[in-house]
Amino acid sequence: MTSTIRRGLAALAFAVAVASAPPLRAEEVVRVALIDPMSGAFAVAGRLGEQHFRFAIEQANAGPLAGTGKRLELVVLDNEVSPEKSLTVLRKAIDEGVRYITQGNGSSVAFALSDAVAKNNKREPDRSVLYMNYAAVDPSLTNDKCNWWHFRFDADSDMKMHALTDYLVSQKDVHKVYVFNMDYSFGVAVERGALAMLKDRRPDLEVVGAERIPMGKVKDFTPYLAKMQEAGADAVVTGNWGPDLTLLVKAAADTKFKGRFFTYYLGARDTVAEIGMSGKGAAIVAVFYDNIPVPEIRAMTQDFEKRYDNVFSAWTAVTEMMVLGESIKRAGTADPLAVGKVMAGLTWNSPLGDITMRADNHQMLQPLFIAALDTGTPHVFPDVPMGFREIARIEPKDTAMPTTCKFPNAP
Amino acid sequence: MDQLLLILLNGLVYGLLLFMLSSGLTLIVGMMGVLNFAHASFYMLGAYVAFTITAVLNFWVALIVAPIVIGLLGAVVEQYGLRTVHRHGHLAELLFTFGLAMIIGEVVQLIWGRWPVAYHVPPELDFPLFSIGGTAYPAYRIFMMGVSLFMFIALYAALARTRLGLVVRAALTHPDMTAMLGHNVPRVFTTVFGGGCALAGLAGVIAGNAYQTDPGMALALGAIVFAVVVMGGLGSISGALLASLIIGMVQTISIALDMTFYTALARLGIHVDPTGWLSDVWAISISRAAPVVPFLLLVLILAIHPQGLAGSRST
Repeated sequence: MTSTIRRGLAALAFAVAVASAPPLRAEEVVRVALIDPMSGAFAVAGRLGEQHFRFAIEQANAGPLAGTGKRLELVVLDNEVSPEKSLTVLRKAIDEGVRYITQGNGSSVAFALSDAVAKNNKREPDRSVLYMNYAAVDPSLTNDKCNWWHFRFDADSDMKMHALTDYLVSQKDVHKVYVFNMDYSFGVAVERGALAMLKDRRPDLEVVGAERIPMGKVKDFTPYLAKMQEAGADAVVTGNWGPDLTLLVKAAADTKFKGRFFTYYLGARDTVAEIGMSGKGAAIVAVFYDNIPVPEIRAMTQDFEKRYDNVFSAWTAVTEMMVLGESIKRAGTADPLAVGKVMAGLTWNSPLGDITMRADNHQMLQPLFIAALDTGTPHVFPDVPMGFREIARIEPKDTAMPTTCKFPNAP
Repeated sequence: MDQLLLILLNGLVYGLLLFMLSSGLTLIVGMMGVLNFAHASFYMLGAYVAFTITAVLNFWVALIVAPIVIGLLGAVVEQYGLRTVHRHGHLAELLFTFGLAMIIGEVVQLIWGRWPVAYHVPPELDFPLFSIGGTAYPAYRIFMMGVSLFMFIALYAALARTRLGLVVRAALTHPDMTAMLGHNVPRVFTTVFGGGCALAGLAGVIAGNAYQTDPGMALALGAIVFAVVVMGGLGSISGALLASLIIGMVQTISIALDMTFYTALARLGIHVDPTGWLSDVWAISISRAAPVVPFLLLVLILAIHPQGLAGSRST
């Protein structure tokens, strides 16, 4: 009896040893942890990010990393957009040997992660982590609260607001603007930017309301729409995303709200489906829209749409993984410090032209687009016969903003 | 004036929806003494089942069939699940419903996917019924209101006028005595549980397309439904109606109020120090705090009257 047990245990121990032994691979696997909401109210946004990163990592592995003997691999960690949960999963990821993390949903999370990464890298330089941010756009992250280990691939909120307000001011039929946002660091930044940049631009243009709602808590937006109507708003400037944007535009369509939306994040499939035909003319400011007239991007988005049954929107996921791949290739190692030194100041020839990672604050400079929903575009959304039509393209150098970043922790 | 009318209408629709969700739960909680954590999950299931039926047949069939399906499912859960764990006490029952909520949440994602489904308002009702001060009022919202009111009247009549209602009310307050008199109390429990779930399912059918049908919808409403039940008083239908309407109204009205707490209190004759240690709180505008207001109300009512608005017991 005892010997049977002993033999069983020995077999078990052997099995465990085999399973945990590193597999014989010629390639070095570089894991990238995506820390985003995979459950809860914002799961849709997080899952969309996951699809884009799976896609982007394939591109990077087949592109800059081909033949280097290194390969990126995605690890998905759920943070429910909570800064506290993010820190827990970050700790776990570091303990498991992950050296590259990426996140995009929620600037509140981004601040927590940036801070934790900076502390970790100071205490344990051997286990340094590089943080790539694909969508958290609070300007502070690359200004007063900047951190050398944080690299942002999306344009920051002020860069976007600058372009968006230029466009809004040029629209002669817009007179009364309502600024509507989510109540956390990013929403506050958008509101502040909008109020500052719309001030004294045109004598007949006024801001008739500025409001913030708690993140992901509101189900029925009709009372807010009634308020906008009451204020006589003919334009709504909003940085809302996820369900807070989808339900907002849905309520607008239901109540036949006449005003136009000037948004950051209208490009998601389910949001466009809800705004419907009443969304014609609604604008986005983004580093990507679905009808960019570049054949290479066209082919890529079609491929994505076919494989994931979703509309490609997070272009920054692709630039991020390509730039990471390129940096690893040039550094010749996957060590975060060496890779970070290459990444800072790197120029990558993207399908949209040369894009550069600013060395002084680690903010990507890339073309920025203003586009509006319209019928008859080459690509249309699956649920509504409309797509985005380009209104303006702002070149990378014209999007740059002065920075106050000093990098207290530059290596 | 127009604005006030709009606020009242919006508050009424939202309040009645809350009532539909909470009426079933209040009966279940009142009768069985079990906080059913899975209640909002049945609401979500109602929306998803209605989505599927709408895709195959049409919305009107879904309106009838989906609540029946959810009700039957609820009855099965009670008969084969809850009753089995009942003998292990309330904690076991609580954990059972908690686990059930998680299972339903995962199953929904397995069957219908992780993305919101395209469950839309039926074209017959997708038009603005009238317009108040330039804001079109969707016909579907009036329909929602009608369904909720009809259901309240039906439920109230059933409980007040029928023999089954009499037994349910008796079992609610004196389960042992009712059993002594020869009534099958466990069956009454099953009926009430199934009926409560059917109501939650119906709420899902009519709210899923007005808002959004996604795997997070149960979580979003779960907490507020508990607030309604506790506020109204456990087991009290009229209390639940009152609490739902109050929460619906107060929340909608607070959204419309742009003044800060400081100015609001000043109007009421209460002057607070705008620079003191609570200055951040006084400077928040009421509209920003709107989604928290129901919970503030709950705390307030529990502090003053622990039995809830219309409840007779506090446990």
